[in-house]
Amino acid sequence: MATASEPLGVAVLGSGNIGTDLMYKIQRDPRFELRLVAGIDPKSEGLARARELGYAASSEGIDAVLEEDGVEVVFDATSAKAHAVHANYLAKAGKMAIDLTPAKVGPSVVPSVNMDRCRDQNNVNLISCAAQATVPIVHAVSRVTPVYYAEIVATVSSSSIGPGTRQNIEEFTQTTQRALEDVGGAERGKALVVINPADPPIIMRNTVYTVIGEDADDAAIEESIFAMAEQVQNYVPGYTLTVEPFRRKDHFMIGIEVTGAGDYLPSYAGNLDIINAAAVAVAGEYTERAKGV
Amino acid sequence: MAEVTFVDVTLRDGNHTYSHQLTPHIIGETAKALDAAGVDIIEVGHGDGLGGSCVHVGRAPATDEELLKAATSSVKNAKVAILVVPGFGVFADLAMAADLGVGVARVATHCTEADTTEQYIGKCRDLGLFTVGYLISVGMTTPERLAEEARKMETYGAQYVNLAESQGHLTPQEVAASVRAVRSAVDIPVGFHPHNNLGLAIGNILAAVDEGASYIDGSLKGFGGGAGNAQTEVAIAALKRAGHKVNADVFGIMDAAGVFADLVAPHPMPVIDNNSLLMGYANVYGGYIHPITRAAKEYGCDARELVLRLGERKVVAAQEDVVIEEAKKLAAKNPSVA
Repeated sequence: MATASEPLGVAVLGSGNIGTDLMYKIQRDPRFELRLVAGIDPKSEGLARARELGYAASSEGIDAVLEEDGVEVVFDATSAKAHAVHANYLAKAGKMAIDLTPAKVGPSVVPSVNMDRCRDQNNVNLISCAAQATVPIVHAVSRVTPVYYAEIVATVSSSSIGPGTRQNIEEFTQTTQRALEDVGGAERGKALVVINPADPPIIMRNTVYTVIGEDADDAAIEESIFAMAEQVQNYVPGYTLTVEPFRRKDHFMIGIEVTGAGDYLPSYAGNLDIINAAAVAVAGEYTERAKGV
Repeated sequence: MAEVTFVDVTLRDGNHTYSHQLTPHIIGETAKALDAAGVDIIEVGHGDGLGGSCVHVGRAPATDEELLKAATSSVKNAKVAILVVPGFGVFADLAMAADLGVGVARVATHCTEADTTEQYIGKCRDLGLFTVGYLISVGMTTPERLAEEARKMETYGAQYVNLAESQGHLTPQEVAASVRAVRSAVDIPVGFHPHNNLGLAIGNILAAVDEGASYIDGSLKGFGGGAGNAQTEVAIAALKRAGHKVNADVFGIMDAAGVFADLVAPHPMPVIDNNSLLMGYANVYGGYIHPITRAAKEYGCDARELVLRLGERKVVAAQEDVVIEEAKKLAAKNPSVA
């Protein structure tokens, strides 16, 4: 496997919670070579950690990424506003952008649902951690029976939410809501986000409600949800159904916890893991594609 | 003495007590009576504010727009207020409210998470709304931390900061310490929103006003989450007795309390029962009283044990799923309790 196994050159843009966690995931994946971690705060812990691990690190943000040779894929973990600007530069430079902000420049992708949407795209949006955790479940129901309304409540630990996310709650809510409809297949979606300050921090939890028809096949729905959960576990090992699907009047309720791998923040921060694991899966798809051509 | 602006929250916080089923009719008639009594600000909506109607917390019988229109079309002098929690309400909801003539927006978040409100405080100011930073469950953190969070809200553009003691856990001395710390950290006015779990709501209001709080929340007959809020008509009478200036008049507000009680009859008015007492004591969010009672009955566990368990888990608002989860766990541990 000489040339075919040449690792793909990637860069991480954004040195906050998400970017730093992502760095560790890329580090142990032989398919990638991390060429650069770029942020805008020279004092950020993420950049210091990148240097400690022997990676090139810069506080010059997007400019440093554009100047770096051999970068084919850029993971953008900055903010929705910043990515709206970065997207143009990256497209012009011919780099594939994997967008971890709720900017939604490119199509929304949830690996276990619509990985095929990545094809022929130079910008793919990972929506939000909440969407990565809940859209698969909504899809698992909607592939069995029409979902008239899907509602999700994502509860994340306060310590896992950095300043970028805190200033993007509106975008976070909106893009997650749209993904429940566009990717999950619900006729109408609603996303609620709760930031929980409990100490010790709570593990990321998500509750999914799907309103369905009276005559829907409950057993088939349950089976579909369990199968989907297994599929997500393939790339997010800490994904667990804590409230197994059960019907309450017009809807099913399902509870999910995501225990993180503990790469950067401790294991309560499953929200970092689920979106980063999805990003790595999308980048992996890109390497397959590169090989195939 | 002090001048106090009175904010009645019956038609928003009271929705927790009424399982979020307040109708446009109840809202319109009550708002009319509150306005006639001279109440300055009337807060309206689902218990969890704009966008709060959902399976998770409880579905309302009408849209936010219908609820707000019922209020704005019924008042002459009072301003109508909405509560918005980032992560629940979105910008489009705020624009809708401003269009309907809502004058006040209270942007609410847990007492340690003020930085999630920056976007929304900015948006409300852009829409020309009188914008309030609203800190929930202030009894769950220290006065020093509260001061820091209030200061952030001031820099985002909040025009006053409201301290909501959602659990009814604090004593007058503790309330005074919190208000004092916040007052010394910000230039904007400070407001206070008590709950009555330990029977201290009115006393806590007087303590807050003595420390310079100038916006006070209450609800008619105390109709609000858990053991209820400060009873508006009692708070207004007590403030006047203490020599403070309040626009609302005592007879008018007593009439409004009667109007509201008739509209929701035969629904009982809040009392400090053992469950809500325990919630105040254990510092558990008051909006959970119904979910706790329901879950204890449905899954067969002791409601008091459930309250203590939730206190240990430090649940914050909108974790109704945890109530169910803990009830199921307790029931499984002790299947003999019916």
